[in-house]
Amino acid sequence: MQTNEKHIKEPLFHITKRTDISTLKAWIIRLIAILAALIVSGLVIVVITSYNPIEVYAKMIEGSFGSDRKFFILLQNTAMLLCVSLAVTPAFKMKFWNLGAEGQVLVGGLASAACMFYAKDSLPSWLLIIIMLITSVLSGIIWGVLPAVFKAIWRTNESLFTLMMNYVAIQLVAFFIMVWVPNGSSVMGVINQRSEAGWLPELFGQKYAINIIVVAVLTVIMFVYLHFSKQGYEISVVGESENTARYVGINVKKVIIRTMVISGAICGIAGFLLVSGTNHTVSKELAGGMGFTAIMVSWLAKFEPVMMIFTSMFIIFLQRGAGEIAMTLRLNESVSDIITGIIIFFIIGSEFFINYKINKRASHKEAK
Amino acid sequence: MINTIFAFINAAIIQAIPLLFGATGEIITEKSGNLNLGIPGIMYMGGISGIIGGYIYEHSTSSPNALLCVMIPLLSSILGSLLLAFIYSFLTITLRVNQNVTGLALTTFGIGIGNFFGGSLLSFFGETGSISLIETGKCFKASLPFAHKLGIFGKTFLSFGFLAYLAIIIAILTSIFFNRTRAGLNLRAVGENPATADAAGINVTKYKYLSTLIGGAVAGLGGLYFVMDYTGGAWTNNGFGDRGWLAIAIVIFAIWRPTTAIFSSFLFGGLYILSIYIPRLSSSNKELINMLPYVVTILVLVIISMRKKRENQPPASLGLSYFREER
Repeated sequence: MQTNEKHIKEPLFHITKRTDISTLKAWIIRLIAILAALIVSGLVIVVITSYNPIEVYAKMIEGSFGSDRKFFILLQNTAMLLCVSLAVTPAFKMKFWNLGAEGQVLVGGLASAACMFYAKDSLPSWLLIIIMLITSVLSGIIWGVLPAVFKAIWRTNESLFTLMMNYVAIQLVAFFIMVWVPNGSSVMGVINQRSEAGWLPELFGQKYAINIIVVAVLTVIMFVYLHFSKQGYEISVVGESENTARYVGINVKKVIIRTMVISGAICGIAGFLLVSGTNHTVSKELAGGMGFTAIMVSWLAKFEPVMMIFTSMFIIFLQRGAGEIAMTLRLNESVSDIITGIIIFFIIGSEFFINYKINKRASHKEAK
Repeated sequence: MINTIFAFINAAIIQAIPLLFGATGEIITEKSGNLNLGIPGIMYMGGISGIIGGYIYEHSTSSPNALLCVMIPLLSSILGSLLLAFIYSFLTITLRVNQNVTGLALTTFGIGIGNFFGGSLLSFFGETGSISLIETGKCFKASLPFAHKLGIFGKTFLSFGFLAYLAIIIAILTSIFFNRTRAGLNLRAVGENPATADAAGINVTKYKYLSTLIGGAVAGLGGLYFVMDYTGGAWTNNGFGDRGWLAIAIVIFAIWRPTTAIFSSFLFGGLYILSIYIPRLSSSNKELINMLPYVVTILVLVIISMRKKRENQPPASLGLSYFREER
């Protein structure tokens, strides 16, 4: 230790904001984070189960890609998660924390189920499907726009408001199931089992083909909307700085409400697809936590609709894979939540190294 | 009739305790400007860590000692919650990543750990069936010895294990800490405006870390109370349900005041089970009654934002990371 350095206390590291980082370098950092996450989750698996982690990962791949059927389920689940992620993205870009996608999907699904339940086969199926789509979208919009209006006018905290709306939606679904199911059971069976009224038809012999196509189209539309439309540009200005937006003459209130209408509408579509295309029934678990997972998907993809295809598939891959592990290695299914958690911690942690630079304290000799 | 009312009050208080732990923990955290949406996960973690500690102890000895039966789960629960709260603190305070995303990931992670160990702990020890720590549960449930001599009053208000009283004591102490101590004032300053607090010489990082960690530990005790006292040492996957989110709702309802949180928790605990105690209620209307806590929370949120009274607002920097160089 040199004496002249004694009085100057300099921290070991100091952190500065990076202004320019090449996309390639950013993705290398993210890849390193994912690798580190897989190693850590592997260690966790070994410690708690003493299984070979490579065997576990191999099983996960088999669970998603092992057969045509498994692969199609992977695609269908990815499509639905992607749909919800697309819904939350414009709001997030605007820094409106919509934690209520779960509820917006649920009311959308509930509206579709209600149409199917009350119309039975009294209408031609194509007409019923159109009515279902419209009511679902409207319900999603109502659920999404309510917090937006309060946010725009009174600055009511939107993350807490939307969070609570989820549970109102869940109870609403529980209420209607109780009304519809005569024997007091809380499980709603498949609606219109015999007539298949209001069911989306099979395409190319695949049950979920329409879901996947609809979501693919939505992805393209959202990409164009966010990048090449005036409204998309307004969203990013409001997200960067509300004051700037106001200064250049953007009506911030209008943008907030309009964006949440879009967000709620897409959630409504997701609810419609889940009921009409996938499940043909409604339950409290219809959205199955997708509203929350979608937030991570969207954030991991940096709000880029095309990147979200990969991030949503990655998350679904983890979940499907963990289901496979649970079955074959007789582990508990929740292992997927643990692995998902670890991987997300690493990826969001890696953002720090993309956004900031760590400067090590210069050594003493150089300092002189 | 009167018995039903007292039974209802008793049940409401029992439901209120985990909520109160969670709400107090979240208030402590939020006062530093950290919106920890990982609280539901931390509460699961607090519960399962307590179960694991208690199970290993009960498993290793044939004559469990009452004091250790309480201390071991208590300590392991706190350690578990601290671990998760530390992950959240490190990511949001040191690495400054988004609080909402981190919190939601933490909830997924915590519930995953809870259900994973809850579902497979016994198989690790080569046993089958479901976890049931009768001895440990008994120790946690032990109430004041004279409670039963006080008739219906004792039965309604004093028949709880020690954690119930601890919840109320912690809430009161937290309130005193916020309003009567310098450190509490500093903490509130950090939550309102970290840049100003920093300029005044307050160590923002230290305050944020400590409050998030302590808040997490307190919230985790709610999970411990649930698995030890409420269910008597048994674990069911997802048994804790959505109580963690309800705890966050109470934080809003109590407008970030721990003492108000005590009464709010009793109210929410009551609303949580109200549908069971209303006679001749159809099962569908029960579900509507169960919607009440959330609707009430939304109304409170809207009203406080409309009235704009300064002392009723959330901490001003809630949800934002602080980076000194970015002012």
